Amino acid sequence: MISTILKNILRFIALVLVQVLIIKNIELGRFINPFLYILFIIALPFETPKWLLLLSGFLLGITIDMFYDTMGMHAAAGVFIAYIRPAILNLFSPREGYEFGTQPTIQYLGVPWFLSYSGILIILHHFVLFYLEVFRFSEFFYTLLRVGLSSLATLLLVVITQYLFQNKKEVE
Amino acid sequence: MRNLFLFIWKNYFLFLFLLLETLCIYLVVQNNYYQKASFVNSSNAISANILAATHDVNQYFLLKDANEKLLKENAELRGKTLASFSVSVNDTYTVNDTTYHQKYTFTSAKVVKNSTNLRNNFLTLDKGSKQGIKNNMAVITSSGVVGQVKDVSDNFCTVMSLLNSKTTISSKIKKDGSYGPLMWDVDDNYSIATLHDIPTHVRLITGDTIVTSAYSLTFPENIMIGKVESFVQKSGDFFYTVKVKLSTDFKKLSHVYIVNNILKDEQEELEKKSESDDKKTNTK
Repeated sequence: MISTILKNILRFIALVLVQVLIIKNIELGRFINPFLYILFIIALPFETPKWLLLLSGFLLGITIDMFYDTMGMHAAAGVFIAYIRPAILNLFSPREGYEFGTQPTIQYLGVPWFLSYSGILIILHHFVLFYLEVFRFSEFFYTLLRVGLSSLATLLLVVITQYLFQNKKEVE
Repeated sequence: MRNLFLFIWKNYFLFLFLLLETLCIYLVVQNNYYQKASFVNSSNAISANILAATHDVNQYFLLKDANEKLLKENAELRGKTLASFSVSVNDTYTVNDTTYHQKYTFTSAKVVKNSTNLRNNFLTLDKGSKQGIKNNMAVITSSGVVGQVKDVSDNFCTVMSLLNSKTTISSKIKKDGSYGPLMWDVDDNYSIATLHDIPTHVRLITGDTIVTSAYSLTFPENIMIGKVESFVQKSGDFFYTVKVKLSTDFKKLSHVYIVNNILKDEQEELEKKSESDDKKTNTK
């Protein structure tokens, strides 16, 4: 239990650092802005209490906001996917429910399950984030394109990161 | 009450979510310049539109008021002018008096378009060059100044309202005559204007009357502008900045008077002459 918490705190710090030190500095044009850090919310254990889910979403978002100078935007998107996560998990739950002690990752539940689960969360996150950023509907389709392309990039990064972790576990 | 708490406790996930999300949106609107500006602007656009619509409706209810005011004013003016001396041409009123020579003529006009919510507001009146209106004439109502004629067509003229960033009216404090320019600053609303450059030795009180000064070629002297609402001496400034509550209600304008200064050309010519003479002597 303690080790799970510690592991998640370390993951939090690592993901924030990777996001603000590396990904923030990669220029991929105006349309592609991946946000790998939400992997933290995606991969939290199933039995995380709901309030903790919301609070960690908020904390994660506000931390990223501090580095991006976008006070509140990432926090709003983070809280939103933290809120929506249990519903999505219910939607995709296997017939016999989730096994205790597992995490929503490729390792435990396979690629198709993970792609649909994380894909939805990522799209919702990017949707909230980008529309909050432009704050008007006049550029609706332009922003929608940004959401789509950035979501793809984030999903790709998330999957790659998952495989990196998985390999490490198998080695252990 | 207990049930309410139970309800909130049962749905704490939803309420915590709403709480955090509201906090986030608040942060977004508070701390990000663009969101703040557009949030405030869009709410302003909505309120301005609603105000304009209600204004249109309200005008009908104000008609009675406006008519009564006009009747009162007509009676007042009739009492002031001696019937035998006044000759009315069109509806321009002139006074033939042998003791006092006439300096101003007044033409009544109706406001056909008005705005108060822009940075630069203009009015349109139903009198034009056919009625003898020229640009730069003053426009007043019985309650105070309105603006200055800008462009003139055959039957209409546009008036640069006092509520315009480019309007400057030479005005003075009635009780001691110290004068300064009156402008409509960015932070003024439709009933407030700002009087600049009033020296700090003047003993101002809120409620002091501000009128037009005699130095203006367009406005007659002692036309009411408004009353002092507040005044401050900005740090590093040697003058008071005075906020003036305008006596004219720009939202209710319906009938105005266009003032023609008959002696304006004469005065201008004379001033020009002495200026050019001055230049000549200087060059010599």
